[in-house]
Amino acid sequence: MTRFAGRTRSKRARPRPDGWAWAGIVTVAAGLLLAVAGPWLAPHEVGAIISESHFEAPGVNTVLGTDMLGRDILSRLLYGARMTVGVALAATVLGFLIGMAAGFSAAEIKGRYDDFMLWLADMMLSFPPLLLALIIIASLSSSLPVLICTIAVLHASRVARVSRAVAMNIAALEFVEVARARGESLVSILVREIWPSTIRPLAVEFGLRLTYSILFLSSLSFLGLGIQPPDADWGSMVRENLNALQTGTYLAVLLPAFSIAILTVGVNLIVDWLGAQSGRSISEELTG
Amino acid sequence: MFKLIIRRLFLGLLTLLAITVLVFLGTEILPGDVAQAILGQSATPETVAALREKLGLNAPPWERYFTWLGNILAGDLGNSLANGVPVDRIVGQRIVNTINLALYATVIALPLSLLLGLLSAAWPEGTFDRMTSSTTVFFISIPDFVIAIVLIIIFARELGWFPSVVHRPRWGDVPVALGQTFLPMLTLVLSILAHIIRMTRAAVLDVLKQPYIEMALLKGAPKSRIIIRHAIPNALGPIANVVALNLAYLVSGVVIVEVIFTYPGLGRLMVDSVIFRDLPLIQVAALVFCGFYVALNITADVTAIMANPRLRFAK
Repeated sequence: MTRFAGRTRSKRARPRPDGWAWAGIVTVAAGLLLAVAGPWLAPHEVGAIISESHFEAPGVNTVLGTDMLGRDILSRLLYGARMTVGVALAATVLGFLIGMAAGFSAAEIKGRYDDFMLWLADMMLSFPPLLLALIIIASLSSSLPVLICTIAVLHASRVARVSRAVAMNIAALEFVEVARARGESLVSILVREIWPSTIRPLAVEFGLRLTYSILFLSSLSFLGLGIQPPDADWGSMVRENLNALQTGTYLAVLLPAFSIAILTVGVNLIVDWLGAQSGRSISEELTG
Repeated sequence: MFKLIIRRLFLGLLTLLAITVLVFLGTEILPGDVAQAILGQSATPETVAALREKLGLNAPPWERYFTWLGNILAGDLGNSLANGVPVDRIVGQRIVNTINLALYATVIALPLSLLLGLLSAAWPEGTFDRMTSSTTVFFISIPDFVIAIVLIIIFARELGWFPSVVHRPRWGDVPVALGQTFLPMLTLVLSILAHIIRMTRAAVLDVLKQPYIEMALLKGAPKSRIIIRHAIPNALGPIANVVALNLAYLVSGVVIVEVIFTYPGLGRLMVDSVIFRDLPLIQVAALVFCGFYVALNITADVTAIMANPRLRFAK
């Protein structure tokens, strides 16, 4: 009986990715690979001016042409991959750590503490995210730690709500009851008993939040408030090359813009595939 | 019902208050010494101390907060640090421009997205539904500024139909202004369209699952009648909720769109003032945006309460 139940569950747990899901997995894997190896693959330094002509066409001296200062676009894209993917990933992971700590503990401790955590999360969710980020950046200036923490804080309240809801169901199960009776500490119950059972339901949320991080960071950089020169991420590359739209050399703008789009569409394809199993859809991203 | 709504309004007021505290903290306390910032690094310590006294910076933070809040409520918004012009003179026309643009986008986006959402829900998993579903996933996934750039390249640079920059929208002459702001409007429409379509579809499908729909089906009512007479009225609440939430989303969408199209609205003003750290301008722009955002979120919740009988008659 148990063996049978186990078999059906594992079957449902791992449906084969369809074509779109595979496209997403390959895209995200490529993005991660570029984030790790990009700077080593880049033929030039990120800030190196290698040509006297701005917006040079591809194939003359470089693979993908040069930007508004005569820098190699390919190299900047490769360096930018590390910034975009790295910062977005760091912010999402940090947001999850804070959110899960708050959500799980609220579900386990309950009572006044739970009420307070819920109130806090609702309060933070009622701030418009972009405006909150603008105010923080206005007062602290933009830097990597500020960007990562800002985006993480934006995530934390939503992750806290979701992980609290998931953990509520698990905290009521017998094996957690047993752990409590055994006298396990709060931290041990949260980390060893509750967390492992929440990984699957929270995976969809992680994907949604990662997309949101990438979009949010790119938008901030595009506004000139994210990654600051001489560093570059894909959003700031779009911003600094906007003049290319006037001169008709669209590539300098389109390459970083499409890099962002391909990466986020890739993540969402995986999310849609994961979500189809747990009955959630990416439109829920809206409320974040 | 009124108790719930009043409770919600009260919560909204609390949120607004929290926002003023946050704005005050972010723009008055954290950035450091305002007196030093105004006078520059070359100022003598005596003049800085004198200005600190004059600006009331020596008072405890909570006292400064209430003075500041009192001034803003009384309509004294201060002067821009950049050129000394009173903030209300700068902000007024900008707010009108932003509201006009947002309204333009809303008027186009709403009927279109509701219709498309209904059509997808009418034949779930049909060809039309599949097509809209994959298109909307795509549009939800890409940033607004990427949509804007593609539109600029196609409609402004290659076809030359619409301008790609709107320095001076002439809202006095509506047909001209509608053409001028066509591309910013289209960007905003495309950025909220997908969300409303998907959520309308979900709301209507949710209603279609109810037993009374099955009952109507078994009675032999035609599909069009079931959707129009039975499904739509009951899905209106959730849909109104979705619409208000999406208009709240426009608040951040409009910031990015205004920057790309150099449109003289409140959003671009906000971003510029953050870049130049023009704190009085940031405060007012942030408060106006947050006010709209909170108001729309309250509207979303109140419509949800009024549309749901279970909430309507809750104690």
